[in-house]
Parts: sequence; structure tokens; C-alpha cells
Amino acid sequence: MIIGLTHYLTLGAILFTIGVAGIILNRKNIIVILMSVELILLSVNINLVAFSTNSGDLTGQVFALFILTVAAAEAAIGLAILVTYYRNRGSIAVEDINALKG
Amino acid sequence: MYGDAIFFWVFAATLVGSALAVILARNPVHSVLFLILSFAAAAGLFLLMGAEFLGMILVVVYVGAVAVLFLFVVMMLDVDFAELKQGFLQYLPIGALIALFVAFELGYVAVGWTRSTQAAAAASPAGAIANTAALGRVLYTQYFYFFQAAGMILLTAMIGAIVLTLRHRVGVKRQDIAIQVARNPASAVEVRKVPSRVGI
Repeated sequence: MIIGLTHYLTLGAILFTIGVAGIILNRKNIIVILMSVELILLSVNINLVAFSTNSGDLTGQVFALFILTVAAAEAAIGLAILVTYYRNRGSIAVEDINALKG
Repeated sequence: MYGDAIFFWVFAATLVGSALAVILARNPVHSVLFLILSFAAAAGLFLLMGAEFLGMILVVVYVGAVAVLFLFVVMMLDVDFAELKQGFLQYLPIGALIALFVAFELGYVAVGWTRSTQAAAAASPAGAIANTAALGRVLYTQYFYFFQAAGMILLTAMIGAIVLTLRHRVGVKRQDIAIQVARNPASAVEVRKVPSRVGI
């Protein structure tokens, strides 16, 4: 059986779905939400690289590289905010984060 | 020929299984470890697709840095994770519904798409040079400014993370080198005449 573009696209779709489901199922735990976002970005990267390989164009891989960069920055900033918030409030449950609610 | 297919199914099964374990595990430490496994499987898939550089970057940056950062934070915060896990079953129906909806949409697109007639013209054939060299050639020429912007984003993230988490506690003894160097015998040594059998 030849592994083609459709296989990789389906895999990316499954991974994206798992990420979205993870965000909804773990609504209280912001660390798992951040990890689900990483899974979603990984599925996007799989899609981009699959199309890049399939069409023989390197642009998709360059774009995937930039997505990796932004995802790393996002994880670093998100976790730093998390640590600061835990230090100030002593809790990281999502429903407790309502200081900006009027 | 069949090797590619076998490796694809192995890596794809590992990826999907570990991604499911990430969102379903009770202990967030296990979630992070399964996240590392899924990144490793994705790196294998990237290698299968011929994107060697991205596979290496995924192992080095994600497994080596981002996942370990997650692990540090999960272990450092003293959080009652069992309490955070409550309400999981309550969200399960709506979560499954939305997941099925997204899966249907994405599956419809993944199966039913067709290639544009103009897309084939834009594609350039892969040369004899390796993937990493080819990526470097376009990254440092055509996408040079984007590359610099990515570096600026990483610098901003680094400074932001340091500024957010650094704190100066009051009342902590610190070493002040200038004061230490400025000491002289007159200020540092005190000579006292001690009477016999009395003490100071």
C-alpha cells in the first residue's frame, strides 16, 4: 500500500481533532490546555510538510519552521505567565482566573 | 517500498495513541511524557516525508527544550491535579460532539480536495542537494527577513519570560563585591585590649 498525501492529511486531521477535544475536556487544567495547543500546532506542521513534500516546494517547510519558532515562544511566555500567576494567587485552575471579570 | 508503509503506520499509531494519552492521562507529568513521545513520533514522520531538518529541529527544540520546560513547570507548581481533573466526565459529551464535528469537517476536506491547476506550475522539482542544504539556501536568501523576524520573536519571548519570572526578594543576603573590595584594615579590623580573666 502506497503512503500518499491523503494518509498524512488524515493523520493531521486526527491529531487536530485530538487537540481540540483536549482543550474542551481539560477545561480546568491550563497546563494540559497548553499541551493541546502544542498538539494542534504539530498537526498543522504535519499538513504543511506533507504538502511541501508532495508538491516539491520548500516553502511549506520554511513556514513549518516559523511555526515551530512561534510555538516555542508561545510555550515559554505561557509557562512564565503561569508561574507568575501561581506565585501571586496560589492557584492555576482556569475558573479561578477571573480577576479581569467586571 | 513496504518499509515506508510499515514505518508510517508505526509512527502514526504511536502519534495518535500518545496524543490521546496526553489529553486523557490523570497525571500531568504523564501527559508531558506522552507529549515527548508524540513529538518523537512526529519527527519520525517528518523523516519519512523527507523533511530531515524539521525532524531534527523537532527532536532538539521540542523534546529537548519545550517539553522539558513543561516538565519543569508541572513538577515545580504544587497543584492538586486530582481536583483539576474533576468535571472531566461532565465535559465529555460536548467535547466529543465538537471533536466529531471538527473531525467530520477535516475528513471531508482531506478526502475531497483537488489540486489547483496553477499549483503544479509553481512547484519546483527537488534537486540533488540534501533537504537541510536546500532549506538553508532559501532560508538565508529568499526568506532572510522572515528569518530575522523569527529571531526577534524568540528574543522577545526570552526577555519576556525572564522579566515575568524574575523577582528580587527583600531581606535576602547578597554579595556586594564593591563593598567587599572597598574594605580596608581600619574599617574591618578592631583591636581591643582584653583584660585578663574578664573577657570582652
